[in-house]
Amino acid sequence: MKRLDRDKLITAVGAPVLAVFAALVLTSVIILISGKDPFRAYQVMIEFGTTDRSAIYIVNKSTMFFLSALAVAIGFRMNLFNIGVDGQYRIAAFFAAAVGGALSLPGIIQIPLIILVAMGVGAIWAGIAGVLRTTRGVSEVITTIMLNSIAGAVIGYYLTAGRLGEKDGNLTHTPNLPSSSRIFMIETSVGDINGFVVFAVLAGVLYWFILNRTRFGFDLRSVGQSETAAAASGVDVKRMIVTSMVLSGAVAGLVGMPTLLGESYNYGTDFPLGVGFTGIAIALLGRNHPVGIALGALLWAFLERTGTQLEFEGYDQKIVEVIKGIIVLCVVIAYEVVRRWALRDQQRRVGEELAQARKTEKAEVGA
Amino acid sequence: MRRVTKIAAAGVATAALAFTSAACSSDSGSSDKGVGLAFDVGGRSDASFNESAARGYDKAKKEFDLGGKELTARDGETEADREQRLTSLAEAGYNPVIGVGFAYGKSVNKVAKDFPDTTFAVIDEASQAKNVAGVTFAEHEGSYLAGVAAALKTKTGKVGFIGGVHNNLIKKFEAGFVQGVKDTKPDTEIDVKYLYETDIKGFQDPLRAKSSAEGMLDSGSDIIYSAAGLSGTGSIEAVAAQDGAWAIGVDSDQFRDKALADYKDSIMTSVVKNVDVAVYDVIKSVEDGKPLTGDTAFALKDDGVSLATSGGFIEDVQGEIDAAKQKIADGEIKVSDTP
Repeated sequence: MKRLDRDKLITAVGAPVLAVFAALVLTSVIILISGKDPFRAYQVMIEFGTTDRSAIYIVNKSTMFFLSALAVAIGFRMNLFNIGVDGQYRIAAFFAAAVGGALSLPGIIQIPLIILVAMGVGAIWAGIAGVLRTTRGVSEVITTIMLNSIAGAVIGYYLTAGRLGEKDGNLTHTPNLPSSSRIFMIETSVGDINGFVVFAVLAGVLYWFILNRTRFGFDLRSVGQSETAAAASGVDVKRMIVTSMVLSGAVAGLVGMPTLLGESYNYGTDFPLGVGFTGIAIALLGRNHPVGIALGALLWAFLERTGTQLEFEGYDQKIVEVIKGIIVLCVVIAYEVVRRWALRDQQRRVGEELAQARKTEKAEVGA
Repeated sequence: MRRVTKIAAAGVATAALAFTSAACSSDSGSSDKGVGLAFDVGGRSDASFNESAARGYDKAKKEFDLGGKELTARDGETEADREQRLTSLAEAGYNPVIGVGFAYGKSVNKVAKDFPDTTFAVIDEASQAKNVAGVTFAEHEGSYLAGVAAALKTKTGKVGFIGGVHNNLIKKFEAGFVQGVKDTKPDTEIDVKYLYETDIKGFQDPLRAKSSAEGMLDSGSDIIYSAAGLSGTGSIEAVAAQDGAWAIGVDSDQFRDKALADYKDSIMTSVVKNVDVAVYDVIKSVEDGKPLTGDTAFALKDDGVSLATSGGFIEDVQGEIDAAKQKIADGEIKVSDTP
């Protein structure tokens, strides 16, 4: 039992450490080739990335990334590739903003209402892909990609003056939320931390609990590992697929909430895009574990924060994109390497134990 | 041994650099470091909008012997990223700090409040703070003239418009162009297409613009006007591949652009937006000690926008274009800024 824990620990910690180290080496080579000093780059990143203001930026930004990666991870655990988190969170935030902008109830009612609308819309949008997969056998990869485009078109259609949007200079956005619907802020001397971070942490804890401590989570993971085996042991696979897509979409609905409730107070043409795709990378990086995802999200936010500063110091800001790409690649490779190593190690050990057992058996027979 | 000395050298170098950068930041705000320029997506060499701003910046830098720092926006940014970019520039002592593109509208006006002694400017958006200059252009009026030229030059009776992003700014281009075409030859067909609904990636996706332009050419359009930043290079490329088809460029005089030199014989004209003049004016005003603030509008009649004549491809219709220009200047023609 103890031995097993050690193996688990090596894969859990060894692989990411190996990956980040390999990524650092590769990135250094790339920066060197571009004729710049990599150590100076890392120094700039660390110095700038650890200032108080950067810390606040990183926490706020990683909240969004964390939720997005969590939504993707729910699918991953089921062996479902939900590429549609991007469309789901945008359309969810859009309709939540439209509803929120049209009402002016007390905050204690309206904030939960806005969040529920967002989760509902996200769930429906992802659910379409789930239903199509179970009833028509259409791959969720295809449908979610297509639903991303459709979400963009639907938002584009409604987000015009005279429909659900209003014109504001060069921007068009939904009516502003009443001030009562703004989420609380954790104030610090250098800036505010978005209160939604509390909900993100809760979502992470809930994710862990449901997956690891409930029957539903067990079913979900078993379907992810083998559909046929799960079906044979009495799990309704089709229902599980739809349910987990719906859940994934509901969590995706939360992605836009920190921005909507704590920053922009409306959904406009300048609402952040592409966070759903970032989530895929972070879910991979965090190996679908909430703690891993949280660390991945923080790392991503750190890289985003320092990218602009690198450009300021004369480095190409694309370096940061290169680092991100290399990290994801390294993580995937490192896990495979460590997994194979652990497997071989285990086989060797079992082989040794068996040989030992045979030897003692022989000795006993001989005697 | 060699490796060790190298690492040691790098260590010393980084320490030294850290020391100098620390020294720099300690006297930030007071020093005269020059101009801070924040580009929109697409960056300096987009052959269009940003490049025009870069021209004004280069000219002013040379003329007043200034230093400067250029930063560029990424895809998928949020307000926080833009605020960070502008704050970094202002904090390091750059003055003026100029945001190129309406995406900087909110962030420039917000960050400016934290740096009351620095002059800020934003292109294509209004000023909302007392140390901010907001520069806007009459894109619809310039586009109207492009519409006149297109209507007169088309042989198929069908022209196309490609917008990068379906936002209010690009709708101004569409509105002017469509009105110009319809006022000149009402039976001309116009194919309007936007690359993206809201994603600003639309300003740096030449491939998408290329396939859109190819679609328009296939369905019979022979003149395509693209208002799409860097993406426009894609549609110009598509147009150049077809004999007898014309492209209308945007923001810069794209006939003269080195990056587009291979296609220049297919660039009939460009709707030039004198972003360079605006950027230069802002920098000059700061150098003169009388910083520009408030809103400045560059209309057709003050040459804020114009129709390029390079290549001489529209010489034959210049009379009609000049007449239309005069009517707009006199107020006889009112160009709508919404489609």
